[in-house]
Amino acid sequence: MTPGPDTLICRNVWKVFGARAAEHLAAAGQDAGRLAALGLVPAVRAVDLTVRRGEIFVIMGLSGSGKSTLVRCLSRLIEPTAGEILFNGQNLLTASDAEMTQIRRHRMGMVFQHFALLPHMTVLDNVAFPLEVQGMPRPAREARAEEMITLVGLSGREHAYPRQLSGGQQQRVGIARSLAAEPELWFLDEPFSALDPLIRRELQGEFMRLQSRLHKTIVFITHDFDEAIRLADRIAIMKDGAVVQVGTPQDLVLNPATDYVREFTRAVPKAKVVRLASLVTPGPVPEGMPCLPARATVAEAGPSFLSGAAHVGVTEDGGAIGTVARDDVIRLLLGGEA
Amino acid sequence: MTALPFPAMRPGDGRLIWGMALALALALWLWGQTLLPMAFDYPTTWQIPAARWIGAAITWLVKDASLGPVAFSDVTRAVAALVDKPYQLALGLLANGVQEQTGGVMVQHVPPISWVAVIGMMAALGHWAGGLRLALLMAACFAFIAVFGQWRSAMVTLASILVAVPLGVAGGLLFGTLAWRHPWFERALRPLLDLMQTMPVFAYLVPILILFGFGPTAAVIATLIYATPPMTRITTLALSRVPEEAHDLARMVGCTKRQTLWRVLIPSAREALMVGVNQVIMLSLNMVIIASMIGAGGLGFDVLNALRRLDFGAGLEAGLAIVALAIALDRLSQAVAHRGAVPGRKGPLIRRHPYVTAAAVLVVTTFIIGLLIPAVQTYPDAARLSTSPFWAAAVQWINITFFDTLEAVKTFFLVWLLVPVKRFMLGLPWLAVVLLLGVAGWRLGGGRLALLTSGLSFLIAATGQWEKAMITVYLCGISTLIAMAIGVPIGIAVAMRERLWTVTRAVIDTAQTLPSFVYLMPIVMLFRVGDFTAMIAVVAYAIAPAIRYTVLGLQSVDPRLIEAGRAMGCTPWQILTRIRLRLALPEILLGLNQTIMFALSMLVITALVGTRDLGQDVYIALTKANPGNGLVAGLAIAFIAIIADRLLSAAARRARAQLGLEGAA
Repeated sequence: MTPGPDTLICRNVWKVFGARAAEHLAAAGQDAGRLAALGLVPAVRAVDLTVRRGEIFVIMGLSGSGKSTLVRCLSRLIEPTAGEILFNGQNLLTASDAEMTQIRRHRMGMVFQHFALLPHMTVLDNVAFPLEVQGMPRPAREARAEEMITLVGLSGREHAYPRQLSGGQQQRVGIARSLAAEPELWFLDEPFSALDPLIRRELQGEFMRLQSRLHKTIVFITHDFDEAIRLADRIAIMKDGAVVQVGTPQDLVLNPATDYVREFTRAVPKAKVVRLASLVTPGPVPEGMPCLPARATVAEAGPSFLSGAAHVGVTEDGGAIGTVARDDVIRLLLGGEA
Repeated sequence: MTALPFPAMRPGDGRLIWGMALALALALWLWGQTLLPMAFDYPTTWQIPAARWIGAAITWLVKDASLGPVAFSDVTRAVAALVDKPYQLALGLLANGVQEQTGGVMVQHVPPISWVAVIGMMAALGHWAGGLRLALLMAACFAFIAVFGQWRSAMVTLASILVAVPLGVAGGLLFGTLAWRHPWFERALRPLLDLMQTMPVFAYLVPILILFGFGPTAAVIATLIYATPPMTRITTLALSRVPEEAHDLARMVGCTKRQTLWRVLIPSAREALMVGVNQVIMLSLNMVIIASMIGAGGLGFDVLNALRRLDFGAGLEAGLAIVALAIALDRLSQAVAHRGAVPGRKGPLIRRHPYVTAAAVLVVTTFIIGLLIPAVQTYPDAARLSTSPFWAAAVQWINITFFDTLEAVKTFFLVWLLVPVKRFMLGLPWLAVVLLLGVAGWRLGGGRLALLTSGLSFLIAATGQWEKAMITVYLCGISTLIAMAIGVPIGIAVAMRERLWTVTRAVIDTAQTLPSFVYLMPIVMLFRVGDFTAMIAVVAYAIAPAIRYTVLGLQSVDPRLIEAGRAMGCTPWQILTRIRLRLALPEILLGLNQTIMFALSMLVITALVGTRDLGQDVYIALTKANPGNGLVAGLAIAFIAIIADRLLSAAARRARAQLGLEGAA
C-alpha cells in the first residue's frame, strides 16, 4: 500500500491537567518537570505526529502513558492545553463547537474500549444512532445500518439487545456504529482490550479485512505491543505523555531508539516483523524461483526456504525487484545485524 | 467559654479533651444552678422570636408579596391548577365518574371505570411488565381491596398517587439534572434536600394549608415536597455514574446537548432512575395518611378516622388496603425497571398495541354490562368481607383478661426507666449539652462538624424549645436503644441463616410499607395514651432498620476473612465477636443512624397519642393553623435529626477508615 498525503498532523500538542494549566504551561516554558512541581499533571507532552491517509497508525503505551488522553485530544473530546491539530489542513483547535460537531458527525468515527453501546436500543438502532442524531430519516438510516451490520457479520441479530450479545459481538456492533456515518478518520480506543485472547485474535483479523476494503485513515490505541506489531503500518510508542519513537514495526524492532522501546521489542520474533524488502539484493530473478511480495514478512517466506530453496524472489507491484538469500535470513534470525 | 475547642490540639489528646469537656459539663450540672443560672434556663430576653418571624413572613407571602404585577398568591393558584386538573381527571375516571350537582343532589351521568375493568387493566399492566406471576399478584392485590370494601377510598388514593408520582418524578429529574449540570446549584440544593428529608411532614403541612387551602390539591403538593428529594438525589447520582465512554460517544456522534441528555445519558441511567421512581411511589403512599389531615380523602382519611374513633379493625383494613396498593405498585415499578425493551410489533394499530386494545375493550364492555348488572360496575356490598368485629372483640378480650398485667408492665417501665431518664435529661444544663455536642463533632469530624452540631443545638435553645427538645431526645433515645437491643441480636441470629433471613426480610418489608399509624392503634388500645405507648410504637416502627443494617453488615464481611479465622481455629463465637461484628461495625452504626431517623419520624406521629414533646407542638400548630410555631418546632426536630445523622455518619466513616474499608464502600 502506498502512503497517501498527510491527513492528521499534531504539532507540539500538550494536555496539562490542573488549575490554570494554560497559564502555567506558558510560564513554565513547556517544561514538564516544572509543571509537575507546581502540582499540575502533564498527561500529554509536546506530541508531534503525522498520520497519513489510508494508514493504520497505532499509538502504543502502557496505562498512564497518556495514549487515551492523546486520542481524545485528536478529536477534541478533551481540550488540548496547547499546540495545533491539523485535519486536512484545518486547525481543529480553532474550530467552533458547531464546526466540531459537524466534523465529528460526518468525518470521524470512534470505537470504545467498553463498547459504549446504548442498553435500551437494539443492535439496529445502536448502529443507526449516529445517523439518527444527524436527522437522517428512518428508512435511509436503517438501510445504511443494515449494510454496516452485514459488513461486520452480524446480520440476523439486528433486533437483539446489547446485553444479549457476547463481548466480541458487542464490539462488532461498536465497529459497525463507528462506520455508519462513513467517516474518513477512524479512532479505535483499545477496541479489543476487554475481550478474551481468542476473540481478540478473531476481531483483529476482522479489522484487517475491513480495512483492506475500506482504506480508512486509522488511529488505533493499544497497550498490547503484539497487537500493535500485528496491525500497524506505523507505531508511535508513548511513555509518560511523550512520544518516544515513531516508526514501522520493523524500524522499532531493528532500531529501537531507547532502552524502553528495546524492552518491548526484545520478545518479538524478528521473523514476524522484518519484511523481505529490507533483505533484498537487487537483481534479476531467475525463472522458476518461488516469488513473494516485498511486503511479506520473513516468516511468510519460511515455507519456501524450508522446502529447499536457497533464494526466493521478491516482487513489488507485480514486477520482480531482486532476491533474498537464505543465509541472510538465518543471520538475521540468529541475532546478527540485518 | 466557647464550645469550640482549640484546633491546634492533636487527635492523640482525645481522652484528655473528653475528660476536660466532661468535667466542665459535670461542674456546670452540679454548681451551675447557683453560679450560672442561664446555663439551665435560656434567658427569655435573648430568645430569637423565630416563630413570630416565620408566621409574619408567611402572612406577608399570602397577602402582599408580588413580583411586579404577579402576586405570590397568583403563583400558588397556578401551581394548584396544575395539580388540580389532572387530579380531577384521574378522580373522575377511577372514583367519581362524571357527576353534576343539581339542587343539592349529586347526579351521576357517567359512572367511573368499573372495578372489574380496573382489576383487569392492572393485571394487564402486570403481564406487560413482568409476565403472568405479576399479573396474578396485581389482580390479587386489587381484588383484596374490593373484597374488603375499600374500593372507593382506594381509588381516591390511587388517583392522587397517579398525579403525584409523575409530577414528583418530573420534578426530581429536572432538579437532579440541573444539580448534575451545575455544581453551584447542587451546593445550594443539598442542604435544602437534607432539611426536607429530616423535617417532619407535619411541619410543612401548615404553610401548605395556608398557601393552598384545605383539600386534595394541598395534599398532593405536600406529597410532592416529601417524595421529590430522593428522586432528585438519585437523578444526580445516576447521571454522574454514567460511564465516561457514553459521554464520549455522544460527543463523537455529534449529539446536541438535548440529544446527549435524553438519548444517551438518561437511558443509560435508566435502572438507577427507576429506583428513584419506585422511591417516589413508596414515599407518596407513606404520605397518604398524613396528607389526609389537610384534605386528602381516601384510605388515609379512613385510617385517621378509625384512629380517632379507636376502631382498630376498620383502621387495620384501610391500612392493609394501603399495603396492598403499595405492594402492587412497588412490584410493578420494579418489574418495569428490569424489563428490557421489547421489539415493537408490526402490523395494524390493534396488533401493535395489544395491551391498550385489550384494556379499551375491557373498559367498554364492562361499562355496557355494568348498565345491566350493577355488580359489575360497583363491587356489591353483600359480598363484602369485614374482619373489623373480630379485631374489636380480640382487643376487648385482651384488655379485659390482661388488664392488670398490662398496667403492671406499663407502670414498671414508667417508674424505673422512663421517668428517671426524663428527669435526668430535663435537668441537664443546655450549655453543657451544646458544649459536649461540639466536642463530639470536633473529635469525629473536625471543626466544621463541631460548628454544625453546637450551632444547631444552640439554636434549639435560643428559640426557646430546649425543654420540649429534651423530651423528644429522651423518648427517641430510649426507643432507639431498645430497638437496637432487640434488633441487633435478631439481625445476628438471622444473618447467617438464608431461609430465616428471607422470612424476616419479608416481614420487615411489609412492616415498613404498613403506615405508621397502624402501629399506634392496638398499642393505644392496650396501654392508652402517654409516653409508654409512644415508646412502644416507636420501637415497633424503628426496629426494622436495626435488623436490616445488622444483617447487611454481617453479610458483607469478606468471606476470605472468615475462612482465615476458621483456618486459625476460631470457634464460631470468636468468629462472630472478633471478626464479623468488628467488620460490620460501620454498617451497624449506619443502622443506628437509620433507626434514629425512623424513631424521630414516628415520634411526631405519636404526638397524636399525647406526648409532650416537639411533635406535640407541631401537631397543635397544625390544628391551630399556626405556621410559625409548627415550622420552628419542625425545624428543631430536623436539627436533632441532622445532629444525630452527621455525628453517626462521621463515626461510621472513621470506623470504616480504621478498618481500611474506605475504598470498598
